[in-house]
Amino acid sequence: MANYTLTTPLSSEDTKKLKAGDTVLLNGTIFTARDAAHKRLTDLIAKGEELPFDLEGSIIYFVGPTPPKPGDPIGSAGPTTSYRMDSFSPTMLKNGSKGMIGKGKRNQAVKDACVEYDGIYFGATGGAGALLGKKITSAEVIAYPELGPEAVRKITVKDFPVTVINDTHGNDLYQMGRAEYEVKN
Amino acid sequence: MREIEFDVVVKAVRDIIVHCGTDLPKDTYEALEEAMNNEASPVSKEVIRQILENANIAKNEKRPLCQDTGLAVFFVNVGDEVKIKGGLLRDAINKGTEQGYTDAYLRASTCEPFSRANLKDTLGYNLPAIIHFDIVAGDKIDIEYAAKGGGSENVSRARVFPPAAGKEGIMNYVKEVISDAGGNPCPPITVGVGIGGTFEKACISSKHALFRDIGSVHPNPEMAEMEAEMMTLINNLGIGAMGMGGTKTALAVHIESNPCHIASLPVSVNVQCHSSRHTHITI
Repeated sequence: MANYTLTTPLSSEDTKKLKAGDTVLLNGTIFTARDAAHKRLTDLIAKGEELPFDLEGSIIYFVGPTPPKPGDPIGSAGPTTSYRMDSFSPTMLKNGSKGMIGKGKRNQAVKDACVEYDGIYFGATGGAGALLGKKITSAEVIAYPELGPEAVRKITVKDFPVTVINDTHGNDLYQMGRAEYEVKN
Repeated sequence: MREIEFDVVVKAVRDIIVHCGTDLPKDTYEALEEAMNNEASPVSKEVIRQILENANIAKNEKRPLCQDTGLAVFFVNVGDEVKIKGGLLRDAINKGTEQGYTDAYLRASTCEPFSRANLKDTLGYNLPAIIHFDIVAGDKIDIEYAAKGGGSENVSRARVFPPAAGKEGIMNYVKEVISDAGGNPCPPITVGVGIGGTFEKACISSKHALFRDIGSVHPNPEMAEMEAEMMTLINNLGIGAMGMGGTKTALAVHIESNPCHIASLPVSVNVQCHSSRHTHITI
């Protein structure tokens, strides 16, 4: 398992070298979206309309942060459970997005889309919202402010720690890790 | 009759919510330290190290431990010699909840089921709280509180078995629920198991079981043994911290058992994430 530092936007060259289990420190611009925002974004794609940000090479972070304390760009901001975005993620990857950050397992369609479109599913430590929020140096709501915590934000991250769960080769860290430590009765 | 001022309850509830939002309880913190020290997988060990570092940052800088600051869940035992002066106890708990979630910059996570509209500007900030009342003897109010996140709630399940399923049926069911959950509920988890009663009684018991301190031993030796057996079954699944593979999937299994109908064997499995934010006060 290797350690990398990557800066967004990501290219296929960046993503193809990553293997499940590798750890990555992410830098640059990332976009946040969760359930309701994904529905709206994929509806726009279906209608051929312009998105609020450029998907090419983008990383989407599944997060609904707490309100910022005075003087902070954002509050606590750890990942939410990703399977709820399973029905939307293949469309996002097909249209140029190269990565997602969340927690928890994805369905086969998402794993297949990672292989087909050179996408990566990164896991961040769920419940480490205070630690991860501090890795975010700026945040700006760029779409759907009425969704509150679920609004789309453009954030800048500095050495944001993630682990590769699903890579472009079809590997799945959750399955590999569990198989290694499962005790059969 | 002892009279307790409405605002005294509001302040007490507000204070425990602010505290729990940023300060991981001692029992949870120590159980995580022990899990980190005994975890065989280096990947899971690193995850638990991050979880503990997060707890230190949250405590020292007064930041929410997790962005999912939960729905506020209360078990309230009201003494039969207590009267709330100036309002209803339910209203006082809700008002304290709203103040605590606002003052500590916690997230408003309640919404309308289908439109998903956030209710902070209509019903109130993160309202309503989920409150389970009981009446007991005495002149005090006993309040147990936990912040309950959505990820772990989403993997929770209940089922009413026929009596013949027995202990083995329940053990297999708990194993199945946790196995299917994988890393989604943010392990290392606490598993609350409600057994017996009626359908809803089993569910409420499984929730209440999560309020017990991690590391405490069940007073009934048979139940204590069953908890230990379930822990082994769960940790043998290999799920590990955040599902990355490892030997520490659960910090604790807590059972609450009740008498039940001769035709039924209800069981409910309620899961709490590693950020087990819970506390208890008496007014």
